[in-house]
Amino acid sequence: MTATVLAAGQRPAQKRWLSLVAIWLALLTAPLWLPLLGGYTALAGKVLVFGLAAMGFNLLLGFTGVLSFGHAAYFGLGAYGAGLTLRYLVHSTPLAMLVGTLLGGLAGTLFGLLIVRRRGVYFAMSTIAFGQIFYYIAYSWNDFTGGFDGLRGFHREPIGFGALTLDISGGTWFYYFTLAVFAVAVALMALLIASPFGRTLRAIRENERRARFLGIPVERHIWLSFSISCFFTALAGTLYALLNNFADPLALHYSLSGYFVIMAVMGGMRTFWGPLLGATVFVVLQDKISSLTVNWMSFVGLTFILVVLFFPRGLLGMLKRRGVA
Amino acid sequence: MFQVILFNVTNGLIIGAFYVLMALGLSLILNLSNVINFAHGNFLALGGYLAFMLVPTMGYWGALLIAPVLTALIGVVVERLMLRRVYGRDPVYSLLLTFGLAFVMQDAARWYWGPNPLQIDMPDVLKTPLTADLFFITWYRIFMVAIVIATVTGLFAFLRHTRVGLRIRAGTLDLDTVAALGVNVKLLRTFNFAVGCLLAGLSGVLATGQLGLNPNMGDDLLMPSFIAIIVGGVGSLTGTLFGGLLIGVAAAITAAIFPAASEVVIFVIMLLVMLVRPRGLLGEEGVMS
Repeated sequence: MTATVLAAGQRPAQKRWLSLVAIWLALLTAPLWLPLLGGYTALAGKVLVFGLAAMGFNLLLGFTGVLSFGHAAYFGLGAYGAGLTLRYLVHSTPLAMLVGTLLGGLAGTLFGLLIVRRRGVYFAMSTIAFGQIFYYIAYSWNDFTGGFDGLRGFHREPIGFGALTLDISGGTWFYYFTLAVFAVAVALMALLIASPFGRTLRAIRENERRARFLGIPVERHIWLSFSISCFFTALAGTLYALLNNFADPLALHYSLSGYFVIMAVMGGMRTFWGPLLGATVFVVLQDKISSLTVNWMSFVGLTFILVVLFFPRGLLGMLKRRGVA
Repeated sequence: MFQVILFNVTNGLIIGAFYVLMALGLSLILNLSNVINFAHGNFLALGGYLAFMLVPTMGYWGALLIAPVLTALIGVVVERLMLRRVYGRDPVYSLLLTFGLAFVMQDAARWYWGPNPLQIDMPDVLKTPLTADLFFITWYRIFMVAIVIATVTGLFAFLRHTRVGLRIRAGTLDLDTVAALGVNVKLLRTFNFAVGCLLAGLSGVLATGQLGLNPNMGDDLLMPSFIAIIVGGVGSLTGTLFGGLLIGVAAAITAAIFPAASEVVIFVIMLLVMLVRPRGLLGEEGVMS
């Protein structure tokens, strides 16, 4: 299995460029063609936000081979960090994003120290339980966080570049702002994965014991990978708060962690772009189904079960495999 | 004052007893099959609903006996059809599977029995309080605690003194060797999962009198059960037992002093344990990794 995955990664450079151009072209023109298909720009923004969160999460799951089931905590901390900053501290979008990202990322970094020696299902269980702390805090601290109803009373502020001011209050403008942040984050992730550090992470994923024998400090690498993925997920969380001008406790709930996992797995967790594809399918499906039926939970749950039983490699994983065969 | 404290400690022990039953089932499945059963809370609700349907025909006592068994049988079907396929694979798959299953089961319960809380008719003797002074200690609560004690004792005796129980404990430590010795591991895992669901179903029937019967009644119990397992130490059922009681009482006492923190305090306990004693109170070294 490992051999096929690696071989599939080494596609002809030309083909790779082609798919890259296609992805970015589709993302850049989304506000133009999406309304024709019955979508709306905020939906595309949601896809980008969850795509970024799932791709950040997948640094850990797909490229390090470690399962966290609590990434909603860092996503939600990012959202609340940004929202609380805008509401109580300072009316500045970049500062709000910085605070949110730092809040979520540092929480993950600290917690990572506690769990880095655990593996597999025990690692996952610790992350779930830890993640729920923030859900209950946001839920119970009514005066500060808005409790169950969520945090309101803030909105995205215009961003100033010297003399130039960028007004991102409009939907389309904010979409392109999100896309720009997304592009920078994704470029960073790609660099990270291609770097020696990224290759080391994959070595740990493939064979932890061998990596350890080679003298790689496995725990430190897993901890770093966990922290970095938390920072990216928190960044996505700040964008989520800005997108809706709202942050709610459900952004911290472990259900959302489950959604991140299914996005990564459904798209193909061993591929770079898989989580974005998974997020697209998931967000669009959820949007459509919840408008059609009250029983959307069953459909989401069935999606989980079907993916696990019949498409464990995910969409891109299957495509790649077919390409090799 | 004494009454207030006693009231809260009693409440804590009762809630803790639910955590214990739920967490013991989760723990059994986790130890032998390496699966976190996200749907455990839904098996609990299922037990409650089955009892609700059985009470009119066979009365409360009959339902208390039969509903958990039916829950276990449904657990067997689920294990055979789905869970069995993900054993030994990357843990991400078993988590996603039970997570999806939890969604489907909750939605199905809401669709079939409706979103509103239902009530089970209890025998009158269980509704009466012990004395007028201690109005909060009803016979139902005493009965409930007695059942939990009996069940836990029975479970531990079963694991210690029967051949199957011995195999389950051995499988927790080294399943490959158990399989190599000729034990039918597939069957063992199915049986073990059924026992876990039986415990969930039983706590479901008992919980209806305390928490009410609604589609997501198990949700609030799931996270504390995880924490009970982590605090007590993964791999140790005795640890799970004490972990459940500890966080139940801690949450109830906090609820009396500072209600807003009652849900957060169990997480604080978990973090403290993870900091000071990463393997959990009674966990064995190395089981977690």
